[in-house]
Amino acid sequence: MSASVSTQLLDVISGAILLTAVLTLWRRDLAAIIRLLAIQGVLIAGLALLLGINEHSTELYLAALGVLILKAVVLPTILRRVLADSGEVRETAPLVNVTSSLLAAAGLTLLAYVLSGPLVALAPSAATRALPVGIAVVLLGFFMLVTRRRALSQVIGFLLLDNGITTTAFLATSGVPLVVELGVSLDVLLVVLVLQIVAARMRMAFGSTDLDGLSGLRD
Amino acid sequence: METLIANVPLPDAASPDRGLTAAAVLLIPLIVPALAAALAAALGWRRWVAWCAVAASAAVLVAGLVTAVATTDGSTLAVGSLLRADALTAVMLLVIGSVSLIATWASVGYIGGELRTETTTARGARRYAILVPLFISTMAGTVLAANLGVMWAGIEATTIVTAFLVGHHGGRRAVEATWKYVIICSVGIALAYLGTVLVYYASQHSGGAAGREGTLDWTALVAQADRLDPGVMRIAVVLLVIGFGTKVGLIPLHSWLPDAHSEAPAPVSALMSGVLLSVAGYALLRYRVIAVSALDPAFVRTLLLVVGIGSVAFAASMMIAQRDYKRLLAYSSMEHMGLVAIGMAVGTPLAIAALLLHVLGHGLAKAVLFCASGQILELTGTTRTDGVRGLLVRRPVLAGVFALGFAALLGLPPFSLFGSELALARATADAGLSWVVGVALVLLLVVFVAIARPVAGMLFGPHDGAAEVEAGSGAILAEPRASSSTIPLVLGLAALALIGVVAPLDGLLESAAAIVGTR
Repeated sequence: MSASVSTQLLDVISGAILLTAVLTLWRRDLAAIIRLLAIQGVLIAGLALLLGINEHSTELYLAALGVLILKAVVLPTILRRVLADSGEVRETAPLVNVTSSLLAAAGLTLLAYVLSGPLVALAPSAATRALPVGIAVVLLGFFMLVTRRRALSQVIGFLLLDNGITTTAFLATSGVPLVVELGVSLDVLLVVLVLQIVAARMRMAFGSTDLDGLSGLRD
Repeated sequence: METLIANVPLPDAASPDRGLTAAAVLLIPLIVPALAAALAAALGWRRWVAWCAVAASAAVLVAGLVTAVATTDGSTLAVGSLLRADALTAVMLLVIGSVSLIATWASVGYIGGELRTETTTARGARRYAILVPLFISTMAGTVLAANLGVMWAGIEATTIVTAFLVGHHGGRRAVEATWKYVIICSVGIALAYLGTVLVYYASQHSGGAAGREGTLDWTALVAQADRLDPGVMRIAVVLLVIGFGTKVGLIPLHSWLPDAHSEAPAPVSALMSGVLLSVAGYALLRYRVIAVSALDPAFVRTLLLVVGIGSVAFAASMMIAQRDYKRLLAYSSMEHMGLVAIGMAVGTPLAIAALLLHVLGHGLAKAVLFCASGQILELTGTTRTDGVRGLLVRRPVLAGVFALGFAALLGLPPFSLFGSELALARATADAGLSWVVGVALVLLLVVFVAIARPVAGMLFGPHDGAAEVEAGSGAILAEPRASSSTIPLVLGLAALALIGVVAPLDGLLESAAAIVGTR
């Protein structure tokens, strides 16, 4: 693959990753948000594959396969099951409405460009110039986490944050060492499984997964 | 020479007998508790299985002692390229081992009592028996990891393992505490992971002889720390301090701590407060050496001072009007971790030695206090300070342990926190930060009053006869084992006094401080 084609592909994939993150803030339908998350997983796997082709690295091929299985198949399946159990189809009352959310997304993306200035400056290349995308997805995930009121939305926010970090890791370092990557993936999977069980308990105890119900513990 | 350090991070593993000791000592803290967990998984809750967990904790403590003896001279033990122990690791293993010993010992009576009163089911007891030793194993793995990425995974694993321990009692409050705990800690730790990735990125471009080969091996990173890019490292360090700081219980992501500590079963609170917080603090200590070498040390110091003083101030303000004694203990943990962060900000060898001694003393004192508070809760059925009166008359031994535990926590002699707080203050003043000592002293005075007043009421307050009749049946049931369950707590207090008076760990603490301390 020629250098210019691979650079263009890299930019397209990075742009698409950012787009899926912004769209998750736009949609209220939880099933659609999970679909977007799965698409984002495929895109991140594609990113790893592309970097693997560029650097002829078997480790990156393996990482791409792992990301594809975890982020595009396993995690969305778990989320769909939580959604089916809960019977709650929509994020009913986010603290910030959709228009403001999208405006905030634009602001956060700009912030990401400012913040990643020193990161790009260290080693300017096609991959590191796309680094602001990873940071922006992290910030968007954080935003979703603090503004949404459903348990499932918070889990999705956490996964968005994690996707942003994975994207950053691939773009900046072509992936962390495989043993670390393995540990991280296992941890994310287990966290989501734990949260799934806790959300089920929450439904039994409170009758819904509206986090406004969580107000029994205060000083 | 630099390539040598970078490529061969384990020069001490060369001699075979040393390699064998290393293998035995480093694998025991990981494997023995895991075996105890496997036993519980196979057989469920049995009294002798619970005693196996106590034995496993003792094994961790013994491994810590052997490591301490082997590393006091400043040498390193290693197994492969993943496990590594120096004097700092040895101190942490001692903290983990001693607090675990108290907590697992207290668990035998705690879960036994819960099963008798049917507050928990056989299933709950079994889950508890599996998760507690696993928790100990993951913490040991965290401090033994040679690779900072693996260390990160270990800390995240502790969140996963403890999630269902926090939710052990079930019900709305436990679910709420579990949710906040898992979400906030996972997010904090995710930020720390982003920081880890950026450190790896900086190491790839450090221009060492290793070329574009990055590393997360701590020894190698320390060797190349002064060549890491300051721009990237500044962002990384902020993320690492906020991220690992979440798990230490420092501001700004601290809100999980009082909820999780007050809802978890007492021995689990003891483990979380006594060791889990300081294991995350250990991660910050490891990163601090790299950070001060790569960046302007004043930047790192300011950052740590802000979170440290902020945490002490916030904790003190929450303790003033606190009516729940478990939450009081939880905020006290936050206050002590704030002090530890201030010690890290100072960062001289004296400050590091003092904060390590403080971590050990705080761990033991908190283990004693949380386990004692669990027995008080069983006795009185309430966690409100004004619901407990005349404890000294009703249960003199337990009340004595409780009072002495608080005396230790507040830094009264002969307990070791007296010495460590004094040394911390001296180190801070020596570093030209006398104003910090002044601010901290005022805050500690507030804490002293906030703790002493309600605790005095609990111990000496006029004892209401009606409440006794109400709790009477429970009290009679609990009486026979009351004396045996205070044995580990008395041992903990004795250890605290011993460390405070004889100071047997000074050599080890100095070696550890030489590893991560800077002038």
